[in-house]
Amino acid sequence: MKPIERDEVQRAIDTFAKRDVFLHLETTNGAYASHHDESFFSAGAYIRNAKVQYEHGKIVGDDPYRVGLKLEIGWVYAEGLNHFEIDEQGRLLLAGLDSTGKLAVALQISLQPFE
Amino acid sequence: MEKEKQVLVVFPHPDDEAFGVSGTIASYIESGTPVTYACLTLGEMGRNLGNPPFATRESLPKIRKKELQDAADSLGITDVRMLGLRDKTVEFEDDGELTDRISSLIQELTPSLIITFYPGYSVHPDHEATARAVVRAVEALPVNQQPKLQCVAFSNNCVAELGEPDIIHDITPVQDKKIAAMKAHRSQTEAMLATWAEKLEVEDPELLGWIQKERLWTYQWPEK
Repeated sequence: MKPIERDEVQRAIDTFAKRDVFLHLETTNGAYASHHDESFFSAGAYIRNAKVQYEHGKIVGDDPYRVGLKLEIGWVYAEGLNHFEIDEQGRLLLAGLDSTGKLAVALQISLQPFE
Repeated sequence: MEKEKQVLVVFPHPDDEAFGVSGTIASYIESGTPVTYACLTLGEMGRNLGNPPFATRESLPKIRKKELQDAADSLGITDVRMLGLRDKTVEFEDDGELTDRISSLIQELTPSLIITFYPGYSVHPDHEATARAVVRAVEALPVNQQPKLQCVAFSNNCVAELGEPDIIHDITPVQDKKIAAMKAHRSQTEAMLATWAEKLEVEDPELLGWIQKERLWTYQWPEK
């Protein structure tokens, strides 16, 4: 993965619009957050292989970025994104890595289900 | 260390074996005791992807599978069972099916000792769910066929509630194998091991103590 290049990510988002795509969306503080700091309120969410179609999608912001996908009757968004890769299978992998490199958020779009 | 016929180690993530019990594993193997490591997931949801990142969410499982094999090689484990569950979902699996997976391993291997996490004192939901499944599988056996059950605990309250560990293995003779196993899990341990380099150089007693003394608690069955 490399730091997000906004135009390249926007072009990739555009290519997936109005098609059936599979989404991976994840936010996490890590399973040990409340172990290391008992006052920390740990929260996260995870969805893998949600099959959706979006009308359009946008990347907004100035590192870190936000990505929003407008569905026919709903929305998907993620914030804190700063790294991306279009992998060998043509999937768009977006991630937000904290200052130590740990993943905090991921939004991934694929034409085929994720394994 | 007491002589064992067969040891079964059950943890959910590649690297769970490395920190707490890899010296114990290497010691058993050196003494001729076969050790099977059942690892439930490939740590697909690990947050460490390298810094700068050399993995993605999608490539991480393949990398960690290789790391697991490398770690097993450095400890001499020849029987690694990857159970194919997904990281962070173990507690949501069907409890009965999960128990059956463990039961069939016990039936096949008839271990004299099982090492897993201590339920209630192992922090990560996958650790807890794995530990509960092992306890259920052992509990289902007739008492005279139950293997010993020794557990890793590290929650903040573990010593206050369980007392000091009743088993402490000094693994100094196999320390190099342990460090090699920790290093093998590069994607997860690289940053941490980098901070150790200096301490190891000056033989920092606190760090060496933590590496050399492996602590286990014999599982205490609740009173019926």
